[in-house]
Amino acid sequence: MKHILSLLILLLLAVTPAAAQDTTLTVITHDSFSYSEDVMQSFQDETGITVEVLRLGDAGTMINQSILSRKNPLGDVMYGVDNTFLSRALNADLFIPYESPALADVPEEFIVDDEFRVTPVDYGDVCLNYDVAYFEENDLAVPQSLADLTDPAYEGLLVVENPASSSPGLAFLLTTIAVFGEEGGYTYLDYWADLVANDVFISDDWSDAYYTQFSGSTDSQGTRPLVVSYASSPPVEVYFLPEPPEAAPTGSIVADDTCFRQIEFVGILQGTDNEDAARQFVNFLLSREFQQDMPLNMFVFPVLPDAELPEIFEEYAAVPEQAVTLDIDEIDTNRERWILEWTETVLR
Amino acid sequence: MDRNRPALNLLKGVVLLAPLLFLVVFFFYPLLSIFAVSLAPEGTLDLSGFTRIFTSDYYRRTFWFTFGQALLSTALTIGLAIPGAYVFSRFSFPGKSLLMSLATLPFVLPTVVVAAAFSALIGPRGLLNQTLMSLLGFSAPPIVLERTLTIILIVHVFYNYAVALRIISSFWANQSVRIEEAARVLGAHGWRLWWNVRLPLLRPALLAASILVFIFTFTSFGVVLILGGPRFATIEVEIYRQVTSLFNLQVAAALSLVQIGFMFVLMLVYTRLQRQTTTDLQAAQSVVRQPRTVRERLFVAANVVLIVLLLIAPLAALVLRSFTSQGALTTQFYTLLSSNPRGSVLFTPPLTAVGNSLVFALATTALAVTLGLITAVLLSSRASRLARWLDPIFMLPLAASAVTLGFGYIIALDEPPLNLRSSPVLIPLAHTLVAMPFVVRSVLPSIRGIPPNVRGAARSLGASPWQVWRWIDLPLISRGLIVGATFAFTVSMGEFGASLFIARPDTPTIPIVIFRLLGQPGATNYGQAMAMSTILMAVCAISFVLIERLRTAGVGEF
Repeated sequence: MKHILSLLILLLLAVTPAAAQDTTLTVITHDSFSYSEDVMQSFQDETGITVEVLRLGDAGTMINQSILSRKNPLGDVMYGVDNTFLSRALNADLFIPYESPALADVPEEFIVDDEFRVTPVDYGDVCLNYDVAYFEENDLAVPQSLADLTDPAYEGLLVVENPASSSPGLAFLLTTIAVFGEEGGYTYLDYWADLVANDVFISDDWSDAYYTQFSGSTDSQGTRPLVVSYASSPPVEVYFLPEPPEAAPTGSIVADDTCFRQIEFVGILQGTDNEDAARQFVNFLLSREFQQDMPLNMFVFPVLPDAELPEIFEEYAAVPEQAVTLDIDEIDTNRERWILEWTETVLR
Repeated sequence: MDRNRPALNLLKGVVLLAPLLFLVVFFFYPLLSIFAVSLAPEGTLDLSGFTRIFTSDYYRRTFWFTFGQALLSTALTIGLAIPGAYVFSRFSFPGKSLLMSLATLPFVLPTVVVAAAFSALIGPRGLLNQTLMSLLGFSAPPIVLERTLTIILIVHVFYNYAVALRIISSFWANQSVRIEEAARVLGAHGWRLWWNVRLPLLRPALLAASILVFIFTFTSFGVVLILGGPRFATIEVEIYRQVTSLFNLQVAAALSLVQIGFMFVLMLVYTRLQRQTTTDLQAAQSVVRQPRTVRERLFVAANVVLIVLLLIAPLAALVLRSFTSQGALTTQFYTLLSSNPRGSVLFTPPLTAVGNSLVFALATTALAVTLGLITAVLLSSRASRLARWLDPIFMLPLAASAVTLGFGYIIALDEPPLNLRSSPVLIPLAHTLVAMPFVVRSVLPSIRGIPPNVRGAARSLGASPWQVWRWIDLPLISRGLIVGATFAFTVSMGEFGASLFIARPDTPTIPIVIFRLLGQPGATNYGQAMAMSTILMAVCAISFVLIERLRTAGVGEF
């Protein structure tokens, strides 16, 4: 008995100090979270924190699963909740507030929660992409507003994702709501009815819309030269080519009030035992090193204004001057109704 | 010997209960947990979700559409597979096992990839339309199938043909030809021979295949979403939308329960039907022969052509696409798969993905075959009334949507000793739930068909129960078992819904890599996704051949 006890004490002694030094931080995230290995390695070397990444499907699934497991959370930090889902996460009281000192350099427009329960990390604009060659060959002007899209000149040219199943699809629906509103002589539903009359094509997910229906991507079988995608899609389209082409095959339309700005946040989860390590991780995400690593890994833009963009982004990516956003509570309250109304108008 | 009997019986009991225990822990417990949270969030039962779906025209239409398209898809699949199964079980011809292998491949492909393949063939700018336009001078594409019920049905046949073909032909191959010969002597020919003799004898396998195809198409998700487009929705699609985009767990749980309840009733009916008919099997060897007459040759050729056009042409389009860039042949997509210019953590070398997939698939196959075989033995004891209720229960995992079960895991398996919710072990366990019914359905018709007098004879000649099992039962069910194992393997190789709804550290499988590549713009990503799909097909085709070898090497035909 005595032996066992002393053995146990020895074991405890052996284990405890090691546990205090090597903190393991579990980061819950969606399937697209990516970074360069060496950037994360330097963070782990500097802090002694081991970062474990746990993926929970897409952003919506990640938040829903985290809400369900709130009493016994799966991790310490959640990265990747965006402004279309943020309200749902905040209302479920998922996060511990933390005001990172690095926020001082982040522009005001990205700081959505004034209680600092979440910290903005990056943003991306959901914009229309167009097939450059198609518009040149057909001597057609590239549309410059949402209203243009209902012009018979653009009949049968547009592919949009279903907002009920696709994140860019929802963002585009929100853009139309922000632009045309729900009241007055011409509402967003009237606009959608006109889009339907102009033969808009609805795809259920981005991959199908972009690769199978849209004609702009190199080697595409698609027939439609306009698609809802991201402002960063044209540089990415070029980035992966073995040899950079002279002109980009696709472009994004960044005219005022045609794009929706998605901001992604990180938050420290309630119930964590590693709050200090979690704070260091949040600061790390706002460090120049990580911010500059993001564009080529996740094809998003850093929130830090002085983070340098990769050359390919400077050359091929356009950033809208006036992107649309909506209040996060408004999105959360109305999402279901908007999607149902949209479904009634467009699909029935 | 008598001394050991109680211990032996106990062991037997434990073994027989293993599949049930597995189902309780990894299916019913998580499912009931999520239903409890969904339907009684504050502790009191709230059935408003049911009221909502039962009073809505939309859900009624969704239900009938789900049912109708499943019925049509099943009829079409089985109808096309019967002549094919006849050819495969009665005739030998060059390339037969390769053809069977290739015909099974659609089952592993992600829907987005299949959608791309069909678009390359019959889309508005696809091969067929362009050929027709240039040959016959059409000004617009003559074949317009996008977003139609027709394309949903075609792709359902594409996915499920092999399920029916394999189950029916493996059963047929072991069936006595004597009855058929007798019928011929008595004057049954042509359609009478088919209608009065062959099909009734096939009934157990026909029912087993139909029920699997029906369940699969009833719960169809990706095909309806992507090829059918947003205008079509099955119950499964609706559950997914309610959960992920609206987080309306009440409606989702109500829909899930309706789906599971409907499946349960269907399975009860099926089990009844299944029990009424069993036909005796015999070991087959002399049955397979070369086609002799012109008619027989034509019959074989027609079925081979059908398989090539319907199943293999789309696969070939994918393979071709993975080797083409801007009109020229290239292997660049395969080279790119192994390069990681960004040092990105999401990069997965193809061999790693193949390795992960194989480990999960082998674990799934081993587990599903073991548990499925035990289940089939358990269910085959005709006397047991319990089996009548158990049989449908073992099929239920096919009727539960992945997203619902994934949520169940998150809240149910979160404490020791079952703190598995973020463990990679959960993936093969979840795959086994789906794979097990395949093994059961593939093996059960054969087990029931083993003539009792053969067993009795062996026993009276002094064979031990083990010897009876090894030399009588196993050879007779080996074909069914191989079919089950093949599908267990295939389910795991191709499945990625469960992997998406289960929290996991990075163990990317081939489908996950394909999914990631397709999530980014750029022709090279797309090309790499096609290359990865080709690798997936190649790995599966090789595995099918090896699994088939296993049977002939391990059991032997006699």
